[in-house]
Amino acid sequence: MMNTHYGIYGGQYVAETLMPALTELEQAYLEAKRDPEFHKEYQTLLKNYVGRESPLYFAKRLSQSLGGASIYLKREDLNHTGAHKINNTIGQALLAKHMGKTRLIAETGAGMHGVATATVAALLGMECEVFMGSLDVQRQAVNVERMQTLGAKVNPVSEGSATLKDAMNEALRDWTARFKDTFYLIGTVAGPYPYPMLVRDFQSVIGEEARQQCLDQTGRLPDQVIACVGGGSNAMGIFAGFCDYPEVRLVGVEAGGKGLDSGEHAASICGGKVGILHGCKTYLLQNADGQITDTYSVSAGLDYPGVGPEHSFMADSGEAHYVTVNDDDAIAAFDLLARYEGIIPALESAHALAYAIRIAADFPATTTFLVNLSGRGDKDMDTVRKFKQEQGA
Amino acid sequence: MNKLQKIFTRCCQENRAALIIFCSCGYPDMESSEQAIETAINAGADIIELGVPFSDPMADGSIIRKASEVAIRNGATLPKILDMAERLSKRHPETGFILFSYMNILYNYGLEKICRKLPEIGLDGILAVDLPLEEKEELAKPCQENGLHLIALVSPATPLERARKIMSEASGFVYSINVCGVTGVRDLQQQEIVEHLAVLKAHSTVPIAAGFGINDAQAAQRLSQIADGVIVGSAFIKILSGKGEFSQRLEAAREFIADLAKNVRRQP
Ligand SMILES: Cc1ncc(COP(=O)(O)O)c(C=O)c1O
Repeated sequence: MMNTHYGIYGGQYVAETLMPALTELEQAYLEAKRDPEFHKEYQTLLKNYVGRESPLYFAKRLSQSLGGASIYLKREDLNHTGAHKINNTIGQALLAKHMGKTRLIAETGAGMHGVATATVAALLGMECEVFMGSLDVQRQAVNVERMQTLGAKVNPVSEGSATLKDAMNEALRDWTARFKDTFYLIGTVAGPYPYPMLVRDFQSVIGEEARQQCLDQTGRLPDQVIACVGGGSNAMGIFAGFCDYPEVRLVGVEAGGKGLDSGEHAASICGGKVGILHGCKTYLLQNADGQITDTYSVSAGLDYPGVGPEHSFMADSGEAHYVTVNDDDAIAAFDLLARYEGIIPALESAHALAYAIRIAADFPATTTFLVNLSGRGDKDMDTVRKFKQEQGA
Repeated sequence: MNKLQKIFTRCCQENRAALIIFCSCGYPDMESSEQAIETAINAGADIIELGVPFSDPMADGSIIRKASEVAIRNGATLPKILDMAERLSKRHPETGFILFSYMNILYNYGLEKICRKLPEIGLDGILAVDLPLEEKEELAKPCQENGLHLIALVSPATPLERARKIMSEASGFVYSINVCGVTGVRDLQQQEIVEHLAVLKAHSTVPIAAGFGINDAQAAQRLSQIADGVIVGSAFIKILSGKGEFSQRLEAAREFIADLAKNVRRQP
């Protein structure tokens, strides 16, 4: 048995019925980790199917316009399906296949993880069901169609706040009843152990590549590594390449929504307190009674009341720093990157970028920021238009 | 002898299983749920599981989820439920009371604090649905220090070795889940469950109570032949959430529980 906690965080807070399923998963993963065949399969798909490695791109015009630090973008938006999510779904789906499971289930908020899961299910010839809050089904209609086109069944969840957390509850319930043939493919570094570990491992390819690319292009490590944090998988993935280099400042950017003081945000670390949800102990947004509260962000992918337990640990220990970016700054960053670089970022990624933009002028051009551009923004065009209409009105 | 031991011993002498009733506290509101629990006790429940509603009940089926949602909306909180529990336990000193919730609710209140509080107000035990063996230490320790039973669960998926470990560390009774899945009313594979209970009983020194999915007197009767206790929750809440005046639903619930109480007797 490995250590299942990160300090006081993490663990396996699940119903007894799920414990054998988690144990089976842990064993299968530890075996796969030692299996060169598994690695080869995974690496080959990352290369030929996802299109890795993803480029590291110096955003020269953007950096010059800000008159400060040099901003480099890790282009996860160029992956197949348009986000970092596929790195993880390929890894977990291969694991599922090795375990002899025939059915994949997943939760999704914005729909990106759902699409990435439906994609690998098609790729590997597996059955796929995605749980999605009924509110998100409406908000992200295009992604629902993508999942259905890929052959997945989308199950709307209308309970609670009808968003990502409720979808995750329902996926856990389904898994509790069907773990014999079903693999639960969690989309971020949250959930019970071993999920935070294995999702981190599958996403660490981002950080490993980026570190080498920084060395190749700039001759040294970046000064700051900046990533948005929903559940925290793209952030943990890029941080993984720099954990052994304490001189590199790691920054996680949470969704500040309408501002921390407004109460309408999704900043679990910056604005929450410790609790237990979806199998792990971590920072959560909850009320005084311990009921999980509704979250808000213009970016659906950051709209989650918890955060991966390792982030909670790194926040307390100071190994990483966590900040917030509000809706309007994220939208401004979205526009800025489009205009200066011809890249339309996902609204999630725009949060990370907005933080880089906020502080860039405080640093000289010799300082480098590495920003994880976790996804592309096609999916967000509607949201951005509506946001601007409301602001204008 | 502690109270739970007394209850199980008495039931054993009366040649029957203990009748354990789960109630979603605060459903449909605090006052009504107090009446519902009062009704359950008067109709023959030996032990009451006081369900504290949580916004994200990942181990519950639709009936209890719905009840939790209504209870929270109508203002149910842990402190209010503890006040109610104190009144109930004063009125019914012979009845066993278990606080039943999810870890976040307990953690938020304070694990030490809740474990000090429960014995003071006459409660016997605590059960956290999402607290398996691996994580139980942080709650088991304050339970032990305060003489409170931490009720453990086993499921049909639990390997025997693991079940033995759970049972050897158990206190009060062990909650044996009848099916892999969430709470709710359903058709049970009674023969399989009976066989599973027999295996557990052969390895356990604490009483074994069977729960999940029991929805009628027939199922209760069948499982009572082997289990030390039977637990009924969703079927009770379903009656409380039926149509008509609440007083009529209460009457229906009383009849249902009285019927269960008759059927937990063992055949000679
Ligand atoms: C492009 C993109 N970035 C980031 C996230 C947030 O997830 P995480 O914090 O796990 O990287 C999402 C989630 O949907 C996403 O689609």
